[in-house]
Amino acid sequence: MAPIDNPVGILKMKKLAATLALSTALVAPGLAYAQDLTIKAQIATYNGPNTFFAIYVTKPDGSYDSTLWVAGQNQRYYRHLRNWVRGISAAGGNIDGISGASVGAGQTLTVHASLADTMIDAGYQIHVDSAVENGGEYADNVVMPLTQANSGVTASGTGYVQNLTVTF
Amino acid sequence: MLRRIHSLPGLLAGLLVMFMALSGAFLSLQPTIERWQAGAAGTQLSVAELSGAVARQLPNVSRIVRMASGTVIAYSDGAAGQVATRVDPATGSVLGPYETSPVFAFMTELHRSLFLGQGGHWVAGIAALSMLVLSISGMLLVVARLGGWSRVFWAAKGTLKQRLHVDVGRIVLVALLLSGLTGAYMSLVSLGVVSSGQDGFIAFPSAVDGGAPVPVSDLAALQALPLSQLRELVFPAPGDPTDIFTITTKTGQGFVDQASGAMLDFVPNSLSQTVYEAFYTLHTGQGIAWLGLALGLAALAVPVMAGSGMLIWWSRRRNQPNLKHNVAAGAADTIILVGSEGNSTWGFATALHDGLTLAGHRVHTAPMNALARHYHKASRMFVLTATYGDGAAPQTASRFLSRLGHFRASPNLAFAVLGFGDRSFAHFCQFATDVETALLAKGLKAFQPAGAIDRQSSQAFAQWGNETGKLLGMPLHLVHAPTVPRTRKLVLIERDDYGVEVQAPTSVLRFAVPSTKSAGVTAWLGLGRRLPRFEVGDLVGIVPPGSAIPRYYSLASSSRGGVLEICVRTQTGGVCSEFLHALSPGDEIEAFVKSNPDFRPGRGRTPVIMIGAGTGIAPLAGFIRRNRQRRPVHLYWGGRDPRSDFLYAVEMAQCLDDARLTRFKPAFSRTVGGSYVQDGLRADTTTIRDLVGQGARIMVCGGSDMARGVRSALDDILAPLGETAQHLKATGRYLEDVY
Repeated sequence: MAPIDNPVGILKMKKLAATLALSTALVAPGLAYAQDLTIKAQIATYNGPNTFFAIYVTKPDGSYDSTLWVAGQNQRYYRHLRNWVRGISAAGGNIDGISGASVGAGQTLTVHASLADTMIDAGYQIHVDSAVENGGEYADNVVMPLTQANSGVTASGTGYVQNLTVTF
Repeated sequence: MLRRIHSLPGLLAGLLVMFMALSGAFLSLQPTIERWQAGAAGTQLSVAELSGAVARQLPNVSRIVRMASGTVIAYSDGAAGQVATRVDPATGSVLGPYETSPVFAFMTELHRSLFLGQGGHWVAGIAALSMLVLSISGMLLVVARLGGWSRVFWAAKGTLKQRLHVDVGRIVLVALLLSGLTGAYMSLVSLGVVSSGQDGFIAFPSAVDGGAPVPVSDLAALQALPLSQLRELVFPAPGDPTDIFTITTKTGQGFVDQASGAMLDFVPNSLSQTVYEAFYTLHTGQGIAWLGLALGLAALAVPVMAGSGMLIWWSRRRNQPNLKHNVAAGAADTIILVGSEGNSTWGFATALHDGLTLAGHRVHTAPMNALARHYHKASRMFVLTATYGDGAAPQTASRFLSRLGHFRASPNLAFAVLGFGDRSFAHFCQFATDVETALLAKGLKAFQPAGAIDRQSSQAFAQWGNETGKLLGMPLHLVHAPTVPRTRKLVLIERDDYGVEVQAPTSVLRFAVPSTKSAGVTAWLGLGRRLPRFEVGDLVGIVPPGSAIPRYYSLASSSRGGVLEICVRTQTGGVCSEFLHALSPGDEIEAFVKSNPDFRPGRGRTPVIMIGAGTGIAPLAGFIRRNRQRRPVHLYWGGRDPRSDFLYAVEMAQCLDDARLTRFKPAFSRTVGGSYVQDGLRADTTTIRDLVGQGARIMVCGGSDMARGVRSALDDILAPLGETAQHLKATGRYLEDVY
């Protein structure tokens, strides 16, 4: 197996596995195993074009850590996902293989991701930024601590992502 | 080829293009409504002044957006999510909640992707591309049809559906071209094929001042920026001194430090983004309300174009030839090559094909463009061709002259050319003449000099067949029967006879629908008792007993009067005119109506000069009779003797009395010092010049000799004005109904 400097960078997509190389060096405490996640995002009902959103993780100090999924492939809309863009532009990184289509009103997106099990119950948080073309923009639409207790618990949001459930 | 390029997308994507056009027309109202709602911006605030005012009223403001229409919207975070508020661009004061229109949002998505996601963008793209192809090919077809770019705005001819297609098309072409082009580009952007210049995002600056934030109204970079330049201003997260304002202006994107007020890392728009924004504006009309409305109005014409185009295609298709026993080119002893534009020449070619086949020949009939390199067994070649526009090759002959370069003729191959055209055009049968010249230059022998058929005359064609048969030593009976529409029975109710004393027996005949004796359902409903619809100047086709070929007469009445009136002069040996002359009141005929929309005085108050001779007065008298708005009409008419063939004399005198007719100058040829109608015109040179100078329309009806004389008289009269009959005709001011 080729040496991997960042085990958190291994993420699985629904259909094809792709590697994500993050430029932020995360010091893996001790021996880290990849923990598979199932993410379900329920979009609110509204009139208008599809929602695009980013699901990402922040460190205990609140700074950006890594991206789990980006819904919406038209990059010209990304600047409207403000906190995520701010984080990823400081940390750098690539979202090849962890992005898909934007999601229509009332629909549910289910994707698979993975992260290092050492991040659970370690002060990390899952965030969602969402926006709709010519509509609202929600930085921190959902914020949920990455704890074992939150697995399978539905967190509700104030923006276009109505509910988020992360199961691991 | 060009026509196929035009009709194929029209047929395949017609409904789709129509759907996109109508949804687009609806959306075109949006910029105007938004412009109206935005109100007029008076004083010009800076972004700092406006933002300061908004922040005072809405402390939780997170984003201010200025739309292309000038509408300013502030988004602020509330307990139940984001709230959008309209802001007065002139003062910065809050006006009330902003709601996006769900109807326009729905229509936008429908127009953009039909709610089919990425696949829908493809569908929309295909519609836009079809529109583009239809506009360009349509434009080239109009140019070719009218005979060059300099004539693009000349009057179009043809049936109502053809003229509608060309006239509406010319008006909306530029708008549809623009919509198609910009729409295709936007679909490519939506599909990710073309870059909008906004791929990726601009990285946040790594170093921020971090000092105590100052009020937004004091930020220097925002004070320097007028509101009209703003697209979007995003506020930093409250309580985070490391966060920063994000700003999008007309020219680019950047960041404004909330402590120092400095503009950081401003990135100007790339060229491709500038291009994208230009295309976006041109397609949507956002911020240019009048453009949006113009494009929307043009889009409303698309169903008209699609419908008329479909009808034109169908009638052309229905006229496709149905050839029996068409022998292969290599085996045939006789070749018939056809140059046709509107398919009518194919009907004659089919008659010739059938006649020669019946006489025992092995005949191969093909379009002129299909000229082979060599015909092994052929000894005779017929070329039947129309002329397109100003002497150009018709559709099925466009490549004939170039193909002729490779043609190897057998030594015994002789040819005959027969041209089809309209003698009232300057280049009558020009292409047929050109083809004969080219074939002679190629060294082929003509077994018969080129013939010419004026306006699809079946009689002239039959006569040409007799002559050809004599030359070839065989009987050749050519019966060309244009498809006769369903006829109706009409009964003669009245007749007035003239001109017997001057050897020009002429009758005014009035027909009506026979009264039904049966008490069937149709009679009870009043159906079948009414005349078919027609206007003065339309034609009635009458099929005399024992003949398949209808004869046409100009109508002096409209169907609203309940009477069908024609004026017929007996031609010696004329099957139909003799039949009509023998009719007594109560006798019945079989007739149908053919629209002749090219021969109408049209609307308006400009004077009309009407010129006719003999029975040519019929439609002119009909127009004058109905001239209730007292439009100035000057009538010049030529007869033989006022005592014998002065048609409509009493009625024209009444019209003069009540000003339906302004002036009437009859000319009689068989009186002392007799004169013709063109002499009457020459005597009134000054008046005619004045009238034409005022924009008068000229209508001529009568025999072709008279029409030629009138044309040359008018050319002489109008020469000092720099006008010619030909030019007036091209601009739709000189109308002829000539037989």
